[in-house]
Amino acid sequence: MEKTLFKITSNKPLTKHVYEMCLSGDTSAIKHAGQFINIAIDGLYLRRPISICDYSENFLKIIYKVVGKGTEQMAAMLPNTTLDILVGLGNGFSINNCHKPLLVGGGVGVPPMYNLAKKLLAQGKQVSVVLGFNTQEEIFYYNEFVNLGANVYIATVDGSVGTKGFVTNAIETNNIDSDYFYACGPLSMLRALYDKLTIDGEMSFEERMGCGFGICMGCSCKTKHGNKRICKEGPVLKKEEIIW
Amino acid sequence: MVINDKLSVELCGIHLSNPIIPASGTFGFGTEMAELYDINILGAISIKGTTREARFGNPTPRIAECEAGLINSVGLQNPGIDKVISTELPNLRKYFRNPIIANISGFSLDEYVECCKKINDEEQVEIIEVNVSCPNVHNGGMAFGTSAESAAKVTQAVKDVTTKPVFIKLSPNVTDIVSIARACEDAGADGLTLINTLLGMRIDTARRQPIVANKMGGFSGVAIFPVALRMVYQVANACKIPIIGCGGISSANDVIEMMMAGATAIQVGAENLRNPYACKEIIENLPTAMEKLKIDSLKNIIGIVK
Repeated sequence: MEKTLFKITSNKPLTKHVYEMCLSGDTSAIKHAGQFINIAIDGLYLRRPISICDYSENFLKIIYKVVGKGTEQMAAMLPNTTLDILVGLGNGFSINNCHKPLLVGGGVGVPPMYNLAKKLLAQGKQVSVVLGFNTQEEIFYYNEFVNLGANVYIATVDGSVGTKGFVTNAIETNNIDSDYFYACGPLSMLRALYDKLTIDGEMSFEERMGCGFGICMGCSCKTKHGNKRICKEGPVLKKEEIIW
Repeated sequence: MVINDKLSVELCGIHLSNPIIPASGTFGFGTEMAELYDINILGAISIKGTTREARFGNPTPRIAECEAGLINSVGLQNPGIDKVISTELPNLRKYFRNPIIANISGFSLDEYVECCKKINDEEQVEIIEVNVSCPNVHNGGMAFGTSAESAAKVTQAVKDVTTKPVFIKLSPNVTDIVSIARACEDAGADGLTLINTLLGMRIDTARRQPIVANKMGGFSGVAIFPVALRMVYQVANACKIPIIGCGGISSANDVIEMMMAGATAIQVGAENLRNPYACKEIIENLPTAMEKLKIDSLKNIIGIVK
C-alpha cells in the first residue's frame, strides 16, 4: 500500500449515475486486477473505497456509481483536482493456468473485470465476459470489452438488451464454454453464480470499511479458511472458501 | 535518528521517547503498519484488545461514518491470548523495540485474571491495559467499567496476579468518571487510560435500519476530543496516578492540549483509520508546535492547567 497524491485528468458520466474518472500519479503499489483504492474526500471522515478499473504506469482509472455523499462529491470534481489516495489495497484476482476464463460483472461490479480481461487476453486466453445490468440505459463498457477482443454477452433484467434476466441466464442461453470464473457484483448475483456454476472461480466482495488496509477489523468475514478481512485478505475470495 | 529528549515522558518509570501511542484496535498488532514506516518512532504501541478465547466479534456491517468521526461495533475480534503470545507479540517484536502495551478484555473476573496473569509472564510486554470499557459486547467489557465497585474489583483482582504496571481503560459512558477513576486508584491501579468510545448510533433512513448490524457501537474521532479532554482534566485533578489521554486526537496541538489537561502520554485512535501516517505526522509536527508555544519539554506541561 502507498499513500499518494493523484491528479484528476478526466471525470465524466458514462450513464445517468455511473462516472468514469481518470487520474495520474504513482501506481507502482498496484499489483493485481481486482485491487482497490481508498480516496480521502474533503469534509468526510472516512475514505471511500473504489475498485480499480484499469491502470498502467502513472495512469489510474476508476468507475463509480453515485450512491451517497462521497460519490456525489466525486462526481462534481474537476480535472486537475488533487486527491489523497491509498493505492494497492486488497489481494485482487489471481491469474492461474485456466484456458477459457469467464468474467462476470454486475452493475458497478463490471469495472474490475476490465483490467482483468486485459491481463487474461494478453496471456492468449479465450476470454468470455458477461455483463449484467437492469436496463439498457445503465449499460456501460460493452464496446470497451469488445475492443479488447473478448466475447461479450449482456443480460438485462428488463430484457431491453441481450438476454432477458440475470447473468446466470445469459451464461445458460449462450452456452458459454469456460473452465474458471471471476465475478464481481451484487451479493445475490455472486450467490447465484456460486450455486449454478460447477467450475471453480473467485469472487470480489464488498463490506463497509473503516480503514481499508487491515488495522480496524471493521470488514471481517468468516471463511472456510478462517477469518479474513475483506480489505486485506479480500476483497477476492476463492469459491471453495466462501461461507454464505 | 535524532534523539529529541524534549518529547520524552516517563510512564510508571518506563521511558517513552515521545508520548504518542496508537490506541488499541486502531493499529492491529502493528505488523501491517511496520510495512509503511519505521514504527520505532512511536513512544509505545497498545495492541488489539485480547480475550481468553479467540473471537470473531460482531456481525457486519460494523462501521458507520459520522460527521466528525465513526461508529464501530467490531466487538473485540482477536485471536485469543495464547495466539497473541505465541504469534502476534513475537511478530511485533521483530519490528518494534519500544514498550508494548497489552490490552486485555474479559467477560468475567476470572477471564481478566487469567489473561493478565499470562500476559504478565511475557517479557515482551511492558504495560498491561485492562479494558473495562468496550461498549460492543454484552455481559462484559463496559459492564465492569460502569460502576466504581466493579471497576475496583477488576483492578484488585488483576493487581493480585501481576507485577507490571496496570492501566485501567475507562468508559465515558458513565455519570461520574471521577468516582470510578478514584476507585481504580484506591484498588491499586498504576495508571488510567481514558476515554474509550462513546456509545452511539446511526440509522440508514432509506432502509429504516440501524447502519451497524449490532444497532449501536462506539463513537470515536475528532468529535469526541472535547469530551475526552474534559474527563482527563477532571480525573487528573482527582487522582495521582498517570493518565494516558485518548479520544479524538488528530494533531500535535491536540497532544499538547491533552497533556496540559493532565495526560502523561496520549493515544491516537480513529485518526489512524483515515490516515495510516497519523501517528508519524503528529510526532514529526510536535517540535514545531512546541516551539510556537515556547514549550521546552513536554514533561513540563503535564497537568499545567489547573
